[in-house]
Amino acid sequence: MKAADVILEALKREGVDTIFGFPGGVLLSLYDAIYDSDIKHILARHEQGAGHAADGYARASGKVGVCLATSGPGATNLVTPIANAYMDSVPMVAITGQVSRHLIGLDSFQEADVTGITLPIVKHSYLVKDAAILPRIIREAFYIAGTGRPGPVVIDIPVDVTKEEMEYDPKVLPAMDLPGYKPTVKGHPKQVKEAARLIAKAERPMIYAGGGVITAEASHELRELALRGRIPVTTTLIGKGAFPEDHDLSMGMLGMHGTQYANYAMSRADLVIAVGVRFGDRVTGNIAAFAPEAKFIHVDLDPAEISKNVTVDVPIVGDAKKVLTDLLIEVEKLGLSPDSHLPWTEQVEGWKRDHPLVAKVSEDGEIIPEVAVRKIWEVSRGEAVVCTEVGQNQMWAALHYLSRHPRRFISSGGLGTMGFGFPAAIGAQVACPDALVLDIAGDGSFQMTIQELATAVQFCLPVKVCILNNQYLGMVRQWQELFWNKRYSQTCVECQPDFVKVAEAYGAEGYRATRTEELEEVLRTAFASDRPAVIDIRVKREANVFPMIPAGGSVHDMMEREP
Amino acid sequence: MKHTLSVLVENKPGVLTRVAGLFARRGFNIESLVVAETENPLVSRMTITVDEEDHTVEQVGKQLHKLINVLKITDLDPAGSVERELLLLKVKADAQSRSEIMQIVEIFRAKIVDVSSAVIIIEMTGTRDKVSAFMELMKPFGVVELMRTGRMAMSRGKRPT
Ligand SMILES: Cc1ncc(C[n+]2csc(CCOP(=O)(O)OP(=O)(O)O)c2C)c(N)n1
Repeated sequence: MKAADVILEALKREGVDTIFGFPGGVLLSLYDAIYDSDIKHILARHEQGAGHAADGYARASGKVGVCLATSGPGATNLVTPIANAYMDSVPMVAITGQVSRHLIGLDSFQEADVTGITLPIVKHSYLVKDAAILPRIIREAFYIAGTGRPGPVVIDIPVDVTKEEMEYDPKVLPAMDLPGYKPTVKGHPKQVKEAARLIAKAERPMIYAGGGVITAEASHELRELALRGRIPVTTTLIGKGAFPEDHDLSMGMLGMHGTQYANYAMSRADLVIAVGVRFGDRVTGNIAAFAPEAKFIHVDLDPAEISKNVTVDVPIVGDAKKVLTDLLIEVEKLGLSPDSHLPWTEQVEGWKRDHPLVAKVSEDGEIIPEVAVRKIWEVSRGEAVVCTEVGQNQMWAALHYLSRHPRRFISSGGLGTMGFGFPAAIGAQVACPDALVLDIAGDGSFQMTIQELATAVQFCLPVKVCILNNQYLGMVRQWQELFWNKRYSQTCVECQPDFVKVAEAYGAEGYRATRTEELEEVLRTAFASDRPAVIDIRVKREANVFPMIPAGGSVHDMMEREP
Repeated sequence: MKHTLSVLVENKPGVLTRVAGLFARRGFNIESLVVAETENPLVSRMTITVDEEDHTVEQVGKQLHKLINVLKITDLDPAGSVERELLLLKVKADAQSRSEIMQIVEIFRAKIVDVSSAVIIIEMTGTRDKVSAFMELMKPFGVVELMRTGRMAMSRGKRPT
């Protein structure tokens, strides 16, 4: 059998049904095999699009996303998606073509040291110099990408390797050779007991949940714990949906652009139960002033996250689902009940009542971005898979599109990649063909991967891009307004295409809303269509995202609203 | 504080780059690094000396553990291990100074491995401190060049490093 066919067979055995890719010279033999394969290939219009689509597919489905790019420029175009997946711990296998073995190291045509370039941004990588080991490498790559703390794995395959003839028996499972990789751990029982004791004893506990809860599929257990002790829950951007945000115990997102009540509650908590989070700087701000009165319980699968940014009192290294299950048994024994923390729960509810998020309709009909996001939520009944771009649009979406389920809010958190949302939405739509998939976008970000409109149209993926169009690189402009004397250096981008016409030119649908009263009708029509659509929502140009804690600040520095 | 990390890794291409790259990326400084195959040709040992806070070294260890090709990491306790460094030193030696140099060589149990009309090459092994002390004593004679391997260390007793 040809090695190229073996690659596809091995991918199929890993459960791969879709590859997002873009061809090139060194991939000819692989693409020839794809021609007859029953694996679906989604042809992106740029490798970055293919990579982010694989990422969105992975986040929406929980499966490993697969992308494919040719050597040299194809592979370097994947660098951003690989880094993006790495920062947000997304399971991904990126296959890249490489020049022939005898040409490696000679600065050959379209040669790039891909394993070298991606070294700091992969969970692991392989340069396959022998076709015989391909089945094992592919099995290992999926195992590494998808287990433990997930992440991207690169497989770089020289073109001559893909053309080799080799023996392959699909019934034989190749043995893995990973003596140094032990991904699953069960939390230490003594630590779990200690955590339970702290929870039962605490007066003002808070749950701070992140992407790790979603990866571990531990939402149910998290919810049980929260309800059992009526403990308020705040999540990170990546953790959105780990706990239903329309629940009265939900405090929404915390951190720089978190809700006032989440940040107040964290600043007063005496116990923080951190699950699947990494105490990132966008969450903590000034780390010394972060939850200053609290003890920390930190549950994470990755021991390197424990005490990396804050010193924790009870570290528990383990799978969140297992740890929370054990923890539930222990708190039960200690008699944790819904009124264990009663005065606190009431205080938190008071903050929530007194400092709600605002989305006030303007009197002159101008569209307020928060109002637009809430309208999007309403028309999609809060059930859409929402991807976002980066910037103000992302924060407005995070604050005002309440997520009820895990894997329904997909955003570039760690890397903050403009241009991520649209291709990610394409991938999510492939994973969830029957769902309404949205990209809540900024006009700047959308233009970074706008060419993927062709992909959406070609593969009939009816993604709806909702541009909150302020004709600014809004988030950067906001910082210039607040901290740089309104000197809008290079952030005013009035020169932009007519997004409606662009959409139509690609064969998608284009809509525009310029006044609040038009919004509902436009959204309803666009969402009801079975074709991809771009909705150009002209919002108030200089609207800002609030609340905001400036970088490195604490809850005392919070700006609640427009000064 | 100085720490000596003994790291067992799979003997595969690119593993050194992964380890060294991780140190660079996370801003940890490597003071010395010794790498070679072990008694098992599939496994190499890296002995890495770092001068960092305990907390930082703990982070280094955890991050190293995440590399798929890393098998085992030991932060060696200086009291419970034997440490050695190898020094090659070329020093000026004329008829007058030669005997004095030879005396010092004797005291330090070093070895003269090459002699020519104007210089001699000395080989010595010992702890880092001993090697440094020896180098100090050689300086006045005129050191032409020197090379040190960096620290190797092995834990005492039956327990493997
Ligand atoms: C690839 C990339 N380049 C630059 C940035 C820096 N950046 C962060 S937000 C932002 C503005 C985004 O503008 P837009 O997409 O229009 O969204 P808005 O903030 O207006 O909602 C920029 C330039 C980034 N995050 N990613």
